[in-house]
Amino acid sequence: MIDRQSNPYQPHEVVILERIQESADLFTLRLKFTDPDIQDNYVFEPGQFNMLYLYGVGEIAISIVSDPEDSHIIDHTIRVLGRVTRGMANLKTGDRIGLRGPYGRGWPMLEAKNKDVVIVTGGLGCAPVVSAINYIEQRRDQYGRLNIVQGVKHSADFIWKDRYDDWRKLADTKVLLAADVGESLWPWHIGPVTVLFDQLEFDADNVSVMMCGPEGMMRAACKYMLNEQVPAAQLFLSMERNMQCAVGHCGHCQYGSQFICKDGPVFSYDKIQPLFDTRGF
Amino acid sequence: MKPARYFKSDQFQLLLDNLLRGGYVCMGPQARDGAIVFDSFTSVTQLPQGFNDQQAPGSYSLIHDNSSKYFDWANGPQAIKPLLFSPRENLWVSEQAVNGDISFKSCEPELKPMAIIGARACDVAAMKIQDQHFLQQLFVDPYYKARRANLLVIAVNCGSPADTCFCHSTGDGPFVDAGADILLTELQDGFLVEVHTEICEKFLKGMSLHDVNQAQNTEAKKIAINASRQNRKLPAADIRSGLMKKLDDDAWHDIAELCLSCGNCTAVCPTCFCHSESDAPELDGSSSTHFREWDSCFGQGHSYIHGITIRADTSQRYRQWLTHKFSSWFDQYGRSGCVGCGRCITWCPVGIDVTESITKVMTHQQGKTP
Repeated sequence: MIDRQSNPYQPHEVVILERIQESADLFTLRLKFTDPDIQDNYVFEPGQFNMLYLYGVGEIAISIVSDPEDSHIIDHTIRVLGRVTRGMANLKTGDRIGLRGPYGRGWPMLEAKNKDVVIVTGGLGCAPVVSAINYIEQRRDQYGRLNIVQGVKHSADFIWKDRYDDWRKLADTKVLLAADVGESLWPWHIGPVTVLFDQLEFDADNVSVMMCGPEGMMRAACKYMLNEQVPAAQLFLSMERNMQCAVGHCGHCQYGSQFICKDGPVFSYDKIQPLFDTRGF
Repeated sequence: MKPARYFKSDQFQLLLDNLLRGGYVCMGPQARDGAIVFDSFTSVTQLPQGFNDQQAPGSYSLIHDNSSKYFDWANGPQAIKPLLFSPRENLWVSEQAVNGDISFKSCEPELKPMAIIGARACDVAAMKIQDQHFLQQLFVDPYYKARRANLLVIAVNCGSPADTCFCHSTGDGPFVDAGADILLTELQDGFLVEVHTEICEKFLKGMSLHDVNQAQNTEAKKIAINASRQNRKLPAADIRSGLMKKLDDDAWHDIAELCLSCGNCTAVCPTCFCHSESDAPELDGSSSTHFREWDSCFGQGHSYIHGITIRADTSQRYRQWLTHKFSSWFDQYGRSGCVGCGRCITWCPVGIDVTESITKVMTHQQGKTP
């Protein structure tokens, strides 16, 4: 939990307990605060994010993928993309970085209880929803039917195959995968993820849809769900914009009147709908 | 609150002396490099006595006449904002030990109390908006808070708005309603003074104060009426919803044809709060300073995210700025983000007039070039 009395801009030291190479340009850092008091008081919700600081380089916003009750280890899956993440890719077990958070509002896990859940994710946007899937996995009997739809550009981008195989084995769970471009031995659908929607199993009056990924994909998913009579307030989107302060001050993540860092990153569709079809916000 | 009183101009230095003796750093307007700027001062002779500013879209010049007034000008490129929300400011320092441990140290400033003399109604209104943003939301900004904590605002009602001013139509000026600790109105040979924060009465100690007579009252009223007659105003239509209905209008492109996307408007705007954060590592690698500096939504990097620039076009950036300032700001802070100071008009190198831009977008009919 963030102590709002202390300086919200200042990170705290964390140690890398483990570093996992997920794919060529994707790695997971398992982190723990070096100050046990901070670690003990650290509480987060699935869908929230932290600001990670690489010494002498800078900060980045990264969503938390671990389970909130998972023995107080904070997992971040990071794609090598810019200056900070390139540097972070070289970190080893035992190295120290800075962390502040958690920030923002996460997935509506409590409100979704006893409902069917549809998870729609695309590209490499899956990390923020993995925390939600893990959360349901740990409490499988508290939720209705679980649908996981994942689309990737190229089948080679598909990571965490083992996890998807595990999820497929869960009770009342459907896992649907699609790649825009496939390769030999890709056993799943080739084409846009949206064509898989007809295979979903949910009760439109009693469902919570959680999505994360390219906005075009989320736009298509919202359109489909609204057409299926799912209420706009039950469509949840994890939004992304440039973030530097994470506390609603620096202005970069503004989306109309919303500050994605503190009012989001998870929004119900009705909150962002006025701008969602317009490019450039 | 006590009724207004009057003091002659020769008493003005005593007010300044009282503040200086009270431990205040006094910041006030000065004529420098052809513009009114705010800097520390200890004598009223440093004030821009006899200066008047001529402002127009894309143009600013100071002229000296024989007026004895200290505040016979509208405004300069900056006033209060840089004193409270610093253009560049260290946030924290990280140090790395030989064994790789990292420690963090906050750089929250410890400051002497500061008195700003000569703030305008637009500046005070903008400060109240920045207070909302940095102090009254989910998170409090400790750096802004430190600068704001020991601040005294001695505002001076505006008697000579520039051609670019439109504070009367935003409801923020030219006279100050609230937000100042002491309020002055400059007459021909002296000042009316109102103490809005009771504890500040002590700063008038030793000054020769008089009841305001009929003639002085009339003179002040005349100044207020004249100052309210401004050449520019915001359109009377519902700008807040009107702009949002025109997000896809070609008028944005027409404006973008002129706009250089330089960010001057956001740099001089007294309410713009965007800032970026960066790290400056020491050469020996033992420590690194994390700082913030003002940023602009007109910059390429403002909307950058993992390889994509969300607002690649100038039209999208101008639309972001204008719709934020005049529409979504209402949702965030209950009012418009514009206080009518006109700085964005004056300091725009190509003279884009924000009041005209609003009218252009709201009245433009798709398919017809105005």
